[in-house]
Amino acid sequence: MQRDFRGLNFDWITIALFLLLVGFGWLNIMSASHSGEVTSYFDMNHPYGKQSVFIIFTFFLIILILALDAKFYERFASIIYFISILSLLGLFVFGKNVNGALAWYSIGGMTLQPSEFAKFATSLALAKYISDLQTNMKTFKDQIKAAGIIVLPAVLILLQNDAGSTVVYAAFFFVFYREGLQQIYLVIAVFLILLAVLALKFNVVVAVLVAAVLIFGHHFFGQRKRPQIIQPIAILLACIAVAFGIKYFYNNILQFHQKDRISIWLRLESDPDKLHEMKQTILYNLNESEKAISSGGLTGKGFMQGTRTTGKFVPEQHTDYIFSTVGEEWGFLGSALVVLLFVALLLRILYLAELQKSQFSRVYGYCVASLLFFHFLINIGMVMGLIPTIGIPLPFFSYGGSALWAFTILLFIFVKLDSNRINEW
Amino acid sequence: MRKLLLLSTIAFVGLVFIARLFYLQVYNEDPYSLLDDNAIRKVYDYPKRGYIYDRNGKLLVANQPSYDVMFIPREVKPLDTLELCNLLKITKEDFINFYEKAYRYSPRLPSVFIPQLSRMEYAVLQEKIRKYEGFYIQKRSLRDYQTTIGANVLGDIGEVNNYIIENDPYYKSGDLIGKQGVELSYEEVLRGVKGIKFTQKDRFNRDIGPYKDGIYDTLPEPGKDITITIDSELQEYGELLMRHKHGGIIAIEPSSGEIIAMVSAPSYNPNLLVGRQRSRNFTKLYNDTIAKPLFDRSLKAQYPPGSPFKVLSALIGLQEKVVTTQDQFSCRHGYYLGNRRLTGCHSHASPLSMNQGIAQSCNAYFVNVYRRIIDKYAKPAEGMDVWSNHVKSFGLGDYLGYDLKIGNKGRVPDGAFYDKWYGENRWSSTYNISNAIGQGEVETTPIQLANMVAAISNRGFYYTPHIIKSIEGEEIDEKYTTPNYTTIDKEHFEPVVQGMFDVYNGGTAYSLRVPGIDICGKTGTAENFMRIDGKRTQLTDHSIFVAFAPKDNPKIAIAVFVENGYWGSRFAGRIASLMIEKYIRGEITMTAMENWILTHSLEDEYAKPYSGKEFGINRQSALQVIDKITKDTVVNPLSTRPSPFK
Repeated sequence: MQRDFRGLNFDWITIALFLLLVGFGWLNIMSASHSGEVTSYFDMNHPYGKQSVFIIFTFFLIILILALDAKFYERFASIIYFISILSLLGLFVFGKNVNGALAWYSIGGMTLQPSEFAKFATSLALAKYISDLQTNMKTFKDQIKAAGIIVLPAVLILLQNDAGSTVVYAAFFFVFYREGLQQIYLVIAVFLILLAVLALKFNVVVAVLVAAVLIFGHHFFGQRKRPQIIQPIAILLACIAVAFGIKYFYNNILQFHQKDRISIWLRLESDPDKLHEMKQTILYNLNESEKAISSGGLTGKGFMQGTRTTGKFVPEQHTDYIFSTVGEEWGFLGSALVVLLFVALLLRILYLAELQKSQFSRVYGYCVASLLFFHFLINIGMVMGLIPTIGIPLPFFSYGGSALWAFTILLFIFVKLDSNRINEW
Repeated sequence: MRKLLLLSTIAFVGLVFIARLFYLQVYNEDPYSLLDDNAIRKVYDYPKRGYIYDRNGKLLVANQPSYDVMFIPREVKPLDTLELCNLLKITKEDFINFYEKAYRYSPRLPSVFIPQLSRMEYAVLQEKIRKYEGFYIQKRSLRDYQTTIGANVLGDIGEVNNYIIENDPYYKSGDLIGKQGVELSYEEVLRGVKGIKFTQKDRFNRDIGPYKDGIYDTLPEPGKDITITIDSELQEYGELLMRHKHGGIIAIEPSSGEIIAMVSAPSYNPNLLVGRQRSRNFTKLYNDTIAKPLFDRSLKAQYPPGSPFKVLSALIGLQEKVVTTQDQFSCRHGYYLGNRRLTGCHSHASPLSMNQGIAQSCNAYFVNVYRRIIDKYAKPAEGMDVWSNHVKSFGLGDYLGYDLKIGNKGRVPDGAFYDKWYGENRWSSTYNISNAIGQGEVETTPIQLANMVAAISNRGFYYTPHIIKSIEGEEIDEKYTTPNYTTIDKEHFEPVVQGMFDVYNGGTAYSLRVPGIDICGKTGTAENFMRIDGKRTQLTDHSIFVAFAPKDNPKIAIAVFVENGYWGSRFAGRIASLMIEKYIRGEITMTAMENWILTHSLEDEYAKPYSGKEFGINRQSALQVIDKITKDTVVNPLSTRPSPFK
């Protein structure tokens, strides 16, 4: 009986949110990339025209994804992952270097970015591995194996000098945690971030002092059964080593532009002259983007009326900095709406993921939500100056075929899996 | 629990983002204004500045085009530097200097290479400029003075300063604004309203096109032409007579309050403050602290008025009914209180009634009248107040309200002034009898004196002096067409006017009379002091003269004041008589008098205090005779220097 409903069984709320984001994104790309008159919406000389074509192609992709059998994705997850890894490896031979990153294939005037597609491939492989009856995510051995699935593409992408896309793979932490990773890892992660920020913002001594207070506080007051004193001391020694390690990493390993981004984020530069100079150089994008957003005010300057957008003051505005166009032209109301749309989409995916009967679908749904959330967090956070500059696109919004298609595939595989949840297998 | 981590993180991040957006866009944001948006270029279209005409319709100030050589550093191609430098009359070092400075400012934006070329230079350059890629010529409008006179009246225009930019949103950096004279007073009329064009720029500051197809753009409104009350011929003549002297002349038409001449000496050629040389010349004029050419003595010089003030004492005496025209007072070469001589006087017949008191300028006579005025009241302060109010009704002791932006209040003491000085009621009229003869605490400016004479010539009223005659299509301020009445009744003026008439007919200005013109006048001499090496030193007296003519239906009231000219009729009186003849008759018949003025200089006198040597004053000062000066004699040291481009 339910088979008859198969065609109508999709989660239309997710699809509606997706369409709203893509449509609104396209309007903003048009605003950010047009020059004077818009003669044709398919004007291939301008990004908005190309994006129109990308969007139309997206619909073919969606139909294809939804038309395939849901079983297909689970069955072929390994093969898809394998192909994806091959495509990443192929970059070292056939790749095209753009802005220092060896991340593109150039095929007849078109460029494809395999790292975008690796995200859904990795998600499929991870879901497949975790949902395997043999796998127990509570064991260290299987955790390492699962981590291997993620680390492989991440390392390949890092080797292609695309650090931004690599960072995204940290999103899978949420999946691990949901599927049984011990709480101690979460504590360690938060603790490490705190240690790093303190060590860089202030110094190693402050970081270690704070760590000592937390560790011994926990040791003497937080536990009913107190372990030997040697344990907190060992942890503290590890902290000292880590704090120095972070300092060393920041000073000696990070590249200059990465260091600058962190220094700006933590407001480490206090010399006003140097800061002024930075505003003209490395801070330029962020500065212009914040100015554009601020100038929008409550209601914005109106569609295609943004003076800073029209003047192309924000470089890369139609790609990574697309949100600043929203801020300038649609104001607080429009940009808050975009934030709410994303939050709604993410929560909807999470809700659906928890409803899944099959572990594969659930893990995959979690991967989708985590990956989309990380892009949302990093991109909008960066454009508003809350997060160090990391150049990754805003899903469904930013200009670019690879990213749009990859996110669409990522999302719609889950829509397909979800539509199948009440079917018998 | 495990389900909640991602969920709560998403919700938390969503909230943080909305809070950040609120902070950036709503909380932290000034209201958006197109004018403040630096993504929009505002290009101003400057209207023609209004012309200035004299009272006879002669054009005094027009506009001239000026040409700036502009360039865009990035577009400059290799060129024959030497040839261009020769054309522009600059050195190669200058060239490199300008180029690098502009390049640092912006390689993409136009900068001024050489500002304000003259028409001559432009003509030469015009044909060759296209050889030099990246260079072009931009036209601007400058003032063009059709005359060499009236610098203090006409004023000049210059770039607005930061104070004005901050306080008046109309002005932007680089705009020109009236700095002095009528250019300043009638700035808003003359300037018109500039138009504005909004252009969308990109991040390299390049124009991409009109903003919203120019719906917010406005057209410039041309400035209005104005006619001023100055008679340029009389002004020119006055400036000629005042050469080699320091001082001022104010001539007013009593029936209207129009200022027909306003001379401040030494002056300068207004063309010095135009264009490229403006700042250099201005600095030189400004730094001349001895001659002070930028100090308008006709409006700002504040001194004791001396004897011309005596006529006021007479008028007040009559009004207060403490003296009649027949009352006589004796004079023993001065005024005595008991055996003490309070003030001296020169030789003349004695005793004198009012008519001869004025004609002979007898100090004793006016001290008597003054004491009667003050002593009429129970308390000296009361009498002093009455006297002070009468004096002030002639426009003395406060700003006159004329339409030029500089001036001084002068000083007319009242009862409270002396109560404060000596203590309440601890003084009497004998303490300040010098006020009677214009030498005590009373101080006036030349324009106040001229206005006082105008009020006397009108027999009791004056119009607020003004420089504006008409504004194209506009009425002038009502303030300048409403008479101000003095507190003296009309009938008291006739005997005083007669006295001033007799100054010329047997009195102190007998030698200055002009046949065929009934002039009424009054000589004046004012002691003055200067601090030299911290010591108060007396200098030669100032020569002062006031007059009006003709006696009935007066056409001109004049005050002349010559620094260190000694007695009144010596310099000031002669100049006043010549000015009156020039204005009423249109030509000079008193050629001997004119020759005397044009061949006598006071430069030696002015040099004395700075010589560092001992010097004598008044009687011990010798007259300095020079070659006769003419209109074409160049006296201004600044104007003798040839302009590099003319």
